[in-house]
Amino acid sequence: MPNRTPLGFSRRQVIRGLLATTAFGAVTKLSTGCAPSSDSTGATDEGGSASDEVVVGFIYVGPKDDFGYNQAHAEGAAAMAANVPGIKIVEEANVPETTAVAESMRNMIEIDGAKVLFPTSFGYFDPYILELATEFPEVQFFHAGGLYQEGTHPENVGSYFGYIDEAQYIAGIIAGYASQSGKLGFVAAKPIPQVLRNINAFTLGAKSVNPDITTQVIFTGEWAEPVKEAEATNSMADQGIDVVTCHVDSPKVVMETAEKRGIFSSGYHANQGPLAPEGYLTGAEWDWESIYTSLGEQFVAGETLMAGDIDHILRGGLADNFCKLSDYGPAVSDEAKAAADAALEQLIAGELIIYPGGLKSNSGDVVIPEGEGYKQDNIELEKMDYLIEGVLGSIDG
Amino acid sequence: MAIAQAAPASWLYRWRRPLEAVALPAAALLAAILIFGVFCALAGANPLAVYGSIYKAAFGSWSAWQNTLIRASPLMLTALCTALPARLGLVIIGNEGALVIGGLAAVVAGLQLGTALPAPLTQIAMAIAAIVAGGLWIALAGALRHYRGVNETISSLLLNYIAIALMNHLVEGPMRDVAFVTKPSSAELDPSLLIGNLPGSRIHYGLLYGLIACVIAYVLIQRTTFGFAARTAGGNIRAARIAGLPVGKLTLAVCFLGGSAAGLAGMIEVAAVQKRLNASLVSNYGYAGILVAFVSRHNPLATVLVAILLGGILASGGILQRSHDLPDATVLVFQGIVFLCVLFSDSLYGRLPWFREKPAT
Repeated sequence: MPNRTPLGFSRRQVIRGLLATTAFGAVTKLSTGCAPSSDSTGATDEGGSASDEVVVGFIYVGPKDDFGYNQAHAEGAAAMAANVPGIKIVEEANVPETTAVAESMRNMIEIDGAKVLFPTSFGYFDPYILELATEFPEVQFFHAGGLYQEGTHPENVGSYFGYIDEAQYIAGIIAGYASQSGKLGFVAAKPIPQVLRNINAFTLGAKSVNPDITTQVIFTGEWAEPVKEAEATNSMADQGIDVVTCHVDSPKVVMETAEKRGIFSSGYHANQGPLAPEGYLTGAEWDWESIYTSLGEQFVAGETLMAGDIDHILRGGLADNFCKLSDYGPAVSDEAKAAADAALEQLIAGELIIYPGGLKSNSGDVVIPEGEGYKQDNIELEKMDYLIEGVLGSIDG
Repeated sequence: MAIAQAAPASWLYRWRRPLEAVALPAAALLAAILIFGVFCALAGANPLAVYGSIYKAAFGSWSAWQNTLIRASPLMLTALCTALPARLGLVIIGNEGALVIGGLAAVVAGLQLGTALPAPLTQIAMAIAAIVAGGLWIALAGALRHYRGVNETISSLLLNYIAIALMNHLVEGPMRDVAFVTKPSSAELDPSLLIGNLPGSRIHYGLLYGLIACVIAYVLIQRTTFGFAARTAGGNIRAARIAGLPVGKLTLAVCFLGGSAAGLAGMIEVAAVQKRLNASLVSNYGYAGILVAFVSRHNPLATVLVAILLGGILASGGILQRSHDLPDATVLVFQGIVFLCVLFSDSLYGRLPWFREKPAT
């Protein structure tokens, strides 16, 4: 056959390419020709119906049902829509931290008429949120993580985050009561301050029950490394560790592995109780439902960041409903429950200081000066670069 | 003989081949749309409304077109990394790694030179660094193939992991800018070094580079003796050797060219979008490029069209979730169905009776 030879192949390709290009060009002309009219009518239609409701856009970096970071935000979004009349939410999941998220935000604003956006992944902030916020000064952008800087960043950007280490402290108390071996495990993603705070608070909570208890830390290096997370959990079980918790994007693998190995687990981000019906003790959960609901009420009332009605930095802990604990699992003893509830009450009342004065790191340095200790809002805690005494592991890897 | 055959050929007869080349992909697309419609109906959405939304979100307005083209532009370059070596009979899938290495080289060059030279010169230096680094990266797989007989598919795939690990190591260690807290990243490139947008749009100049690269690749492969030699070697390597073609040099050169295209894509991504080096550079452009190359049958011009088609499909992913309550994986389902249908149609070339050349009588 002549078309099998290189020459015949090339000729066919030329003609095919030319034809296809022409056809494509024709389609392009046609579509752009009729586009402006159809687009503008579409926009006004939707704009008309949206005038009495506030459209809020949510963007997630992963799936909405990951039993972790994204699910916590998605549940919060659903609660905002359910609890606040006059709010309409639009959502996109699995949006990577590239121009894709900029395009998603733009579409939500231009096509859906969104007035408020919650791009929830930490990495969306710089440059994407900052660029879009400059371009659309009338749209409010909320970002989880506390990166907003007064004066540097646009006025229509706000950030919110919670002191979830308070919940980790309570989870540590429960873990301290549950552990028979006195060995706890913590599967962590990266040694950044937020993660270190959780590891240290969890350990401090456990040590308040049993001063000799230790927490073995394994850093996987990435936010989503299911294979390494499973390996870490298995090796912890092999070492005789009998309670594991984690700080990774989706705790699903850690919880399921722990349940399979017959050890206790403590959750993070969202409620993983259904994944480990026997061994799940409790978990440190974000309570975005209450925060998003109260923000939604403010949006409907016409309050904005730009007018100064909403603070640019929203922070809080258990007392302000930024975080909460999962319902206690069946393995939690009454004694543990009582101790945890007492500590919870003290934290909410502001009487309990998690990071005491004279605290030592696991390399023996005094990291908090003698005295009162650091309260949650102490700025020093946001630069945390140490693991406390009782934690086995090192932040260098 | 030739004249005697051509004489009875009717007008229709002469146009059967090009018609086949247009009709088959079009039919495949139509079939894919129908199958996807069934999927949508099963998922509880009105297929016609979904088609309308996809069209609107991908090609329905100038804004939608920009969205599509922004997503398509890196794919044109990364696709060449597979398409060019494929003409030589090699299956290279190291696109992602070459892109990362290109981005890494561009950032290193940009940060080292800083503002010492005029900005256009530094930009050219960044592009050359990216092109050379990406090219060498894939040429490595080509060299392993030619000199040691290592399977180039496996070696180029593994080189991806090495490239990504190297970049992660550098941005988390020696190159890390501690002041940037969002994620471990290198320092930011000087604003003067960034690639801007095409006038009156939000599409960066990378689209232009992609189009130019595809045209150059097309001319090189189809219209030069170098391209002819490469295609001959791809057709039958022993025949090529007997004909005295320098197969080793060809392998290295074509792999280098493929890798340099992906490397350039990396440079564009850091200089036009990310502004610094970090893990966001690894966002599947390389792997999507493999898909584009195979669907376009390794023809660099068809690559442009397929990249735009894929860009459009990706651009419509958002509206499927927002307006039709379909799950976020729907767009992947659609993409998968389209590409399976197009690849299947590939096997029908020359088999449909209507398009078959009839023996001249």
